[in-house]
Amino acid sequence: MSDFFTVSVLVATLASGIRLATPFLLASLGETIGQRSGVLNLGVEGVMLIGAYAAYITALRTGSVTAGVVAAMAAGAAMGVVYAFITVVMHATQGISGIGIFLFGLGFTDLLFRQQVGTPVPIDGLRGVDLGWLSELPVVGELLFGHSVLTYVAFALVPVVWFAMNRTTFGLNVRAVGETPEAADTLGVRVNVVRTQAIIIGNVMAGLAGGTLALDVGIFQQNLTSGQGFIAVALVYFGAWRSSGVMAGALLFGVVSSTVLQLKTLGVIVGASSTIAAMAPAILTIVVLVLVSRRIGAPSALTVPFERDN
Amino acid sequence: MALGSLTGDDEGATPDVPVGRLARLLRPFVGVAVPAFAAIAALIVGAVMLLTFGANPLVAYGELVTGAFGSADNLADTAVRAMPLALVGVGICIAFRTDVINIGGEGQIILGAIAATVTSMAFDDVPRVLLVPMVVVAGAIGGGFWGAIPGALKAYAGVNEILSTIMMNIVAAHLLSFLLQDLLIEPGAIKIQQTRRLSENADLPLLPGGTRLHIGVLIAILVAVLGYLLLFRSALGMRLRSVGHNPDASQYAGMAVKKSITQALAFSGACCGIAGAVLVFGSESHRLIGEGGAAAFTQNAGFNGIVAALFGALHPIFTVPASFLFGGMLTGGSDMQRATQVPAALVVSLNGVVVVFVVGSLRLRDRLRTWAGGIASYGGRA
Repeated sequence: MSDFFTVSVLVATLASGIRLATPFLLASLGETIGQRSGVLNLGVEGVMLIGAYAAYITALRTGSVTAGVVAAMAAGAAMGVVYAFITVVMHATQGISGIGIFLFGLGFTDLLFRQQVGTPVPIDGLRGVDLGWLSELPVVGELLFGHSVLTYVAFALVPVVWFAMNRTTFGLNVRAVGETPEAADTLGVRVNVVRTQAIIIGNVMAGLAGGTLALDVGIFQQNLTSGQGFIAVALVYFGAWRSSGVMAGALLFGVVSSTVLQLKTLGVIVGASSTIAAMAPAILTIVVLVLVSRRIGAPSALTVPFERDN
Repeated sequence: MALGSLTGDDEGATPDVPVGRLARLLRPFVGVAVPAFAAIAALIVGAVMLLTFGANPLVAYGELVTGAFGSADNLADTAVRAMPLALVGVGICIAFRTDVINIGGEGQIILGAIAATVTSMAFDDVPRVLLVPMVVVAGAIGGGFWGAIPGALKAYAGVNEILSTIMMNIVAAHLLSFLLQDLLIEPGAIKIQQTRRLSENADLPLLPGGTRLHIGVLIAILVAVLGYLLLFRSALGMRLRSVGHNPDASQYAGMAVKKSITQALAFSGACCGIAGAVLVFGSESHRLIGEGGAAAFTQNAGFNGIVAALFGALHPIFTVPASFLFGGMLTGGSDMQRATQVPAALVVSLNGVVVVFVVGSLRLRDRLRTWAGGIASYGGRA
């Protein structure tokens, strides 16, 4: 255990926690925007899988990580259009249609992977940026200045989402249609248009989150996300629908995951007990949900479809 | 009115407006419209995918149907595959009718399987006539316990059950892996995540006919009938459905809403737990196997059972034929793969499409129902 409490190991663990937090953060921020508009998307897991596969296959075929990132976002946008149609136009029950999206993403990516790739081929994934003297600083350099571009993008989006939600007309509209769609409608806000926009933005971010994951590990496999998309939805509750809270949750989960991995690597927890340690994020989620179940800040019209009474 | 709108019940659809003859003729079929529409839509989506992969959809679907229902052996395989779907599906009916969304079937199956396995190990020598019911009941208790936890958390702490049941699935998967690497692993053998061959006295007896079909099919039908009686012919079921329709009114009428929510998830989990017991003791290896991950053991029945239940309009009895249909798709999928080289994962993605279309076509059904002379019952909150 004492091996764990050395500066270099702790810094490495925290740095890898920040890296592991990136997909959580991207997906949760996107889900926050969607939920603020009153639409629950439980299909994040499925969208992440589709984004991950899109990024993987594009990077594999073109050799370009950038193209992979773009493909992941495009796949997310496509799923956003589908999900907006299902929920906004068809008024589908949101909790259950998300499970449909998950099953679709799970089966569809597995299908495409087996059909187009077969045996796993690794790709050149994301590399950390080199920030010159910043990256060479002791402790801080490794902790903060050696990550991939997407990690910086994800954390930069935290203030951006806060600003967009709280200081722009678009954000005001999103919050209005999520709280009292009828009142927003009376004031001339096109409720279903705003919701559609929020859903598409959220899905683009979920697709990007999946793409980040695939490009980070440099491989695709069946059920690559293994529950991360569901945890991302839980983090929105954890963060009480605020971007800063969501970031705190994502960091917590990233660091817990990296700690478990690090302890396993160091041989502190061995063999079968590592599977017990692997339960930690899920149990932590349940505990957190109990603690935040006051539901402070939950959008009042969450999961309620809007239709104007004639 | 919550998930009530998913059930296809004709409650509240009184023909108090004059309707045309055609509309009156079509009225009884409105309830069937949703699954029929969903099935056709999924088949079309599947056909498009097959065409993109350069396979002939007619050939592929032909292989799928033959592989599923073409011979006595295939029918038996389909029935074996359908059992866990039906058992989970009945549990889903109970939960969804109470407006509790149970996504935790996977974990409840695993806990049921673990409880049943441990029971059979503890009572190796109990005669078969006793041990078989014992492992089934143990499965129900294990799954029921795993369902009651998120049920109580929802009822008494306000925790969203969708998220908690998903987390319980993840915990259960790791627990299974832990037990099969450590406490329950086959002694002395190579390190494969599986138990020893469990007591022969716990094997589910095969039905006559020389196929793989075992008594699990009777257990599934029995549970479906019990589920029907519970939901529609008992005071408890009346209370559960009332809570599902309108918790505030039920509370006002003096019903124990929190207790009902906990009970609904416990019963739902119990059905899934029985599926876990059936998966272990009806398997050809007669072991609990965790190699290849938890989903390899559960065959994703915790999710696919939701598909079957939705397709059966959340009615325990109709869930049985719906499960048979989806069981057939899953068994026929591998025949399709052999004939057309299109991976059987296609079937999983089509299951997702079915879910989306079932819950997405409610509005369509309500339009039809209004047109056919009822009052639209859509409330649309989940």
